[in-house]
Amino acid sequence: MIEALLPVPTFLVSLSGVMNWSVGFFTTIAILGIVTLGLNIQWGYTGVFNFGIAAFLMVGAYTSALLTLPPAGDFQSYQLGLQLPVVVGWLGGAAAGAVLAFLIGMPTLRLRGDFLAIATIGMAAILRTVANTSEGLVNRARGLNGIPRFMGDYVEPSDYRWVLLATCVVALALVYLLVRAVTQSPWGRVLRAIRDNEATAQAAGKATVPYRMQSFVLGGAIMGFAGALWAHRVGTIAPDSFSDLFGTFFIWTMLIVGGSGNHLGAVVGTLVVGFFWFGTPLIQEDLPKALGTQVFVLRQFAIGLLVVAFILWLPKGLVPEQAPVSRFAPTAHRSALDRLRARLGGGESAA
Amino acid sequence: MHGGAVADDPILVVDRLEKRFGGNRAVDGASFSVQRGSITGLIGPNGAGKTTCFYMIVGLVQADQGRVLIDDLDVSHQPMHRGRVTFAGRDITGQPSHRIFRHGLVRTFQIPQELGRMTVIENLMLVPAGQTGERLWEPLLRPWRVRAEEQANAERAHEVLRQMTQDHLALEPAANLSGGQRKLLELARALMATPKMILLDEPSAGVNPTLAQRLVDDILGIRRDTGVTFLVIGHDMDVIARLSDHVVVMAAGQVLTQGTPDEVLSNTEVQEAYLGGQVR
Repeated sequence: MIEALLPVPTFLVSLSGVMNWSVGFFTTIAILGIVTLGLNIQWGYTGVFNFGIAAFLMVGAYTSALLTLPPAGDFQSYQLGLQLPVVVGWLGGAAAGAVLAFLIGMPTLRLRGDFLAIATIGMAAILRTVANTSEGLVNRARGLNGIPRFMGDYVEPSDYRWVLLATCVVALALVYLLVRAVTQSPWGRVLRAIRDNEATAQAAGKATVPYRMQSFVLGGAIMGFAGALWAHRVGTIAPDSFSDLFGTFFIWTMLIVGGSGNHLGAVVGTLVVGFFWFGTPLIQEDLPKALGTQVFVLRQFAIGLLVVAFILWLPKGLVPEQAPVSRFAPTAHRSALDRLRARLGGGESAA
Repeated sequence: MHGGAVADDPILVVDRLEKRFGGNRAVDGASFSVQRGSITGLIGPNGAGKTTCFYMIVGLVQADQGRVLIDDLDVSHQPMHRGRVTFAGRDITGQPSHRIFRHGLVRTFQIPQELGRMTVIENLMLVPAGQTGERLWEPLLRPWRVRAEEQANAERAHEVLRQMTQDHLALEPAANLSGGQRKLLELARALMATPKMILLDEPSAGVNPTLAQRLVDDILGIRRDTGVTFLVIGHDMDVIARLSDHVVVMAAGQVLTQGTPDEVLSNTEVQEAYLGGQVR
């Protein structure tokens, strides 16, 4: 009945089509959500301008791959190949992200924000070039293949996507809880103070550079971890998979749309922009022919418009930041009030 | 106990300070002292050099000549360093603001610098130094301890707000405050630090007479309750006279005169500087 009235998008015709697409989609979103949470610590909380997210994803992915792959065989040339468990690879990826952040942050975090932005853009370009051209390092432009899967030996290949989805969603949940726990605290309050007014933070006795470094390194570690998850998910990585558009700009869009400065916004933004981006193929067949062939170019254009629109009309994003920072503050506030009232009551009667 | 005349016990000594900007002698051999527990006003017309003096005291500008001694027991034994600032005998020249803060020297801003996207109470809870929860891992490892400290800080913040009868604003985002309330928040933030000395930069700038009187009352009340020392920079003679035990008048980079508000107000040179325009 309804079908006769409304044109039903082709992809909805089969349930298994929807299912297939959704599993892949949510796995991707979970990984990208982790990256966005990392950026939210750096930019959303601290105002540290990282425009080289791709570099952090890349070192995380390559580190984890090199730690878990077997030694290089014929026609391959890469370092390590230690065949360590995948979990060790993930931790290695996070550590590599943290080290990269520390190295970039050392010379630049004392300077104005734009210097850091330039340094991070440069770092992404340098890493791609080095990976592409250095013989014997990471197999150059051919990339690394056959990166082992987490628990891949214990699960039927046809069911593996469910394991992957569960793993990535659990990882996202854990990272979400972690960043929430550390930022909704006096530490997060100092970060926000630095972001909003560095002079005030200093006048309140806070040494701002170490805090910016901590935030940058924590964000870097989270991005490195996400890069590692990505490597084991796709199984094949090459330097050009970590483009500035996908690796950096895309993540910024997600944070801007979702609303920076709160973690829920970061995840919501990932979901919305992700749906916008990865959903395009779903409607492609239903679009007029002239538009259908151009749709992948148009979506890049549309993403750019989306950023502009949000910055102009909804700068706080879909989920605006909340004023209270520390999760301890509201209860502390209430009990402080109660105690003061009790004391004042006593004082007045004594007077 | 803290009001009125104070014995000679300076917490701050400014000794023959000089600062040039190009050919302009912004501060030209200024000397004065601030007695412990007093409210000292530093006043002068525009361009008198009072703000440069203020910046040299808090370390934002380095002096060319002279010295600033903060909390030194024996002033005479301190060597005459060129443009150095010492705190209890230690050289703190050029230290960043957060270190100066840790020495118990707190400044406010002429234009209030509140953290607009935070609640008023968290603007204040930010201030206490050395909070356990300010270390990245502590909210994870020792949440109970962080919670206890947060409670103590919230209590202190409420006390400070109550002193200024602003406690109803505790949960309001600071961006929603009026101009006057922001001025009070600026003062409240300085108080949260339990400082030795508060340096107020033009507290009555851009404030209507009613609020200015309110600020004067609050500052006097705070001094009475806590005994903290104030150095107040201003150009509004009326406010400074009502507030201060001791007034230092600057003009053209030098100390023109100093004394009690009455002495200073009756000084013909001061009247000239304020009413007759240029001095000399």
